[in-house]
Amino acid sequence: MTNIHQYDVVVVGGGGAGLMAAMYASQRAKTAVISKLYPVRSHTGAAQGGIGAALGNLEEDSPEWHTFDTVKGSDYLGDQDAIEFMCHEAVQAVYDLEHMGLPFSRTADGRIAQRPFGGHTNNVTKKPVRRACYASDRTGHMILQTLYQQCIKNNILFYDEFQAMDLLLVDGKVAGVVAVELATGELHVFHAKAVIFATGGHGRIWEITSNAYAYTGDGCAIVARRGIPLEDMEFFQFHPTGIYKLGILITEAVRGEGGILFNKKGERFMERYAPTIKDLASRDVISRAMYLETRAGNDVNGQRFFYLDVTPETVNKYAEIDGRTRPDGTPYRVTAQEILSKIPDIADFCQTYLGIDPTRQPIPVQPTAHYAMGGIPTNIMGQVVIDEQNTVLPGLYAAGEVACVSVHGANRLGTNSLVDLIVFGKHSGIHAAEFALGADFVPLPADPTEYVREQISRLHAGSGKEKAAAIAREMKAEMFDHVGVFRTQEGLEHAIQKIRELQERFKDVRVTDSGKIFNMELLQTWELGNMLDLALVTAQSALARTESRGGHARDDYPARDDVNWLKHTLAWMDRDQIRLGYKPVVITKYPPKERTY
Amino acid sequence: MQIKLRVFRFDPEKDQKPRFDTFFMDVDPNDRVLDLLEYVKADFDSSLALRRSCAHGICGSDAMRINGRNYLACKVLVKNLHSDQITVEPLLGLRVIKDLIVDMEPFFENYRSVLPYLINDEALPEDGKERLQTPEERDRFEDTTKCILCAACTTSCPSFWSDERYVGPAAIVNAHRFIFDSRDRAAERRLNILNQQIGVWRCRTAFNCTEACPREIHITTAIAEVKQAILSGKV
Ligand SMILES: Cc1cc2nc3c(=O)[nH]c(=O)nc-3n(C[C@H](O)[C@H](O)[C@H](O)COP(=O)(O)OP(=O)(O)OC[C@H]3O[C@@H](n4cnc5c(N)ncnc54)[C@H](O)[C@@H]3O)c2cc1C
Ligand code: SF4
Ligand code: FES
Repeated sequence: MTNIHQYDVVVVGGGGAGLMAAMYASQRAKTAVISKLYPVRSHTGAAQGGIGAALGNLEEDSPEWHTFDTVKGSDYLGDQDAIEFMCHEAVQAVYDLEHMGLPFSRTADGRIAQRPFGGHTNNVTKKPVRRACYASDRTGHMILQTLYQQCIKNNILFYDEFQAMDLLLVDGKVAGVVAVELATGELHVFHAKAVIFATGGHGRIWEITSNAYAYTGDGCAIVARRGIPLEDMEFFQFHPTGIYKLGILITEAVRGEGGILFNKKGERFMERYAPTIKDLASRDVISRAMYLETRAGNDVNGQRFFYLDVTPETVNKYAEIDGRTRPDGTPYRVTAQEILSKIPDIADFCQTYLGIDPTRQPIPVQPTAHYAMGGIPTNIMGQVVIDEQNTVLPGLYAAGEVACVSVHGANRLGTNSLVDLIVFGKHSGIHAAEFALGADFVPLPADPTEYVREQISRLHAGSGKEKAAAIAREMKAEMFDHVGVFRTQEGLEHAIQKIRELQERFKDVRVTDSGKIFNMELLQTWELGNMLDLALVTAQSALARTESRGGHARDDYPARDDVNWLKHTLAWMDRDQIRLGYKPVVITKYPPKERTY
Repeated sequence: MQIKLRVFRFDPEKDQKPRFDTFFMDVDPNDRVLDLLEYVKADFDSSLALRRSCAHGICGSDAMRINGRNYLACKVLVKNLHSDQITVEPLLGLRVIKDLIVDMEPFFENYRSVLPYLINDEALPEDGKERLQTPEERDRFEDTTKCILCAACTTSCPSFWSDERYVGPAAIVNAHRFIFDSRDRAAERRLNILNQQIGVWRCRTAFNCTEACPREIHITTAIAEVKQAILSGKV
């Protein structure tokens, strides 16, 4: 049985980007949100450190500096028109969040508090600048809660625990999406004039990850199967400070508050890799430094981890060495209590999962898969663009981590994802409503759920010779080893071959649960198929790019190559083959320069 | 270490009544209970159904009863249970749909009933910037902003077990978060709602909620502050 619903705008995803889009779209058009998780369970709630905006509440700052830092952070692969737009809009976006009720931490004079973060600088002095607006160390939680609260206030319509599985396109135009209702297993067709994908990232492809179980790349996989290219998929960010083995994130704010990284010799190794801003260098730079330290045998116990030390003794010692001061000019000195008050959740994670108190003991950390810079290509309005000429696909939008505008280029600056969600979530919502008001419904195809039914029956029809869990394990390990922080031709070729083999074996998986009600096994097996597809796209895109830039570091091509590679990758899934194309980077004010910190 | 894991199972499409499945497995004392459930799915029975996402105590998906007490499965380690026998059951007081999945709708309905959003129709600051709030004013409700709506508290409350209409501790926590926010203007409306028969007075201060809260929110204190505000008419 199929249920058919009709809306002007359907938003897929109830995280920061999706809720923002829904709020703005619903002001003018009939809108619904479908989300596989209850919206408050979305990964936006995990964001810790802050949202970047040049409010200048504690010291001089400007959107231009934020723009330049983002361009530089992106290793010049970000589109400068989009970055400039985002950094200017960021300021109002943060005020808007405050007006909606977000409980930001406050300065003594009652303004929104701000703190330093990796790669945020005063462009004149080159020193770190306080730009990250925060609510303790649960900024994302507060953003997600606040937006959800506003959605309740504004009676936004939710289809909770509905998982989208297909996008309906007719003659190159959007007709809607197909989703399965978890509670009943029934298929629902959402006939829509405009569809906004806001489904988040795909970091579960890697073994050590900060990402939620739900981060399986559904949005990218769904659109790719319908012939839409994915942009810059080789660029995936490895955050340098995940809890050893578990991958749980320790926010950069810990270093913003004065935490220092050490190798096994007790050496502050970042001094050698980023002499100016040291422990607050960009994430890609630090993750790579850790890899190089490991190769030199400087990791702790030969176990590929390092120490992040935020004990007051260490913080104060290095604050003195660095001559760090508070906004009023007094020397920066902290107590254990102050540290705890700035990072209570981090302290809780350390206590729960490691049994340590971070104000007394250093935290063992290692790089963890964290953020997808690549994704569904869009323009500044969130419209999905499907080729080298940026041709718009009418009615299709994407926003948030699933999208690639591209404002993050080859490496995202900390705090810029939350900015991205808010700014582009809003604009895609506004634009989608505008579009829907001027458009007619595209008639649904004759059998709209055909492709979904076909996918589901394949998952039930496998021989059962293979186990999904085993395939997932092998994929994650392969991706971490060969498509991780450092890459080589040999490793990437190995990975591609391995993933193809896993894709073959995946055909022999059979879902054992034949029920309809909350058949989580079925959905999670389908998600594994998505991850395998995206793993292949990532590895293929990475193999082609024979240079090192931002999050994509090639051992065999260590330098950035602007002559040949200052361009975005587009990857199409043509049946079993990946076809690659390229499009230029938009450069306005900032010609590429060497990137040092 | 060797453990014996008992997991509540119920498939509404097949089973007349629930049962427990038992699994013997070798685990690391540092494993999360959620890891054990994932091992079950990977190696024993892939049809086990539960909700989970973040795996580090932030999304609120996997509240459940573990050895008789409410926890987030991802936030309790095997070693913390001090036992080699672990029993996992769905939350009490909400209808079981399948295995460890319960119907969350009554819980969210109670949450929505307390107007859990900022209400303030006054003009925004003329410069378009933030409303001011001192760090002290913010501290007043900091604790209750931490709630992740996991339902561990409400489903451990005897008053809620006996009557699902009781708004429950989680809803009161979320009302508190706005009642004591200096920027909000609807405290009175929320206090009126909570002063009703199924409101705050159903709380018998059993303290189960505070013990269950994975975010260590001082729930009983928050409830007491709300009661006090109703009685005194002042926040
Ligand atoms: C631990 C951690 C800390 C972070 N800290 C920061 C920080 O300090 N600053 C910063 O800027 N960024 C940070 N980030 C990054 C940032 O949080 C994320 O990139 C961002 O929140 C993603 O938001 P989103 O709206 O795109 O997706 P999400 O919030 O993940 O939402 C995705 C939504 O899509 C839904 N969905 C997915 N697939 C489907 C489907 N098939 N059908 C229906 N619905 C679907 C989900 O249910 C969910 O509601 C952090 C990330 C992590 C993991
Ligand atoms: S108050 Fe605590 S236990 Fe209750 S819903 Fe919120 S986080 Fe969960
Ligand atoms: S899985 Fe998110 S709270 Fe446990």
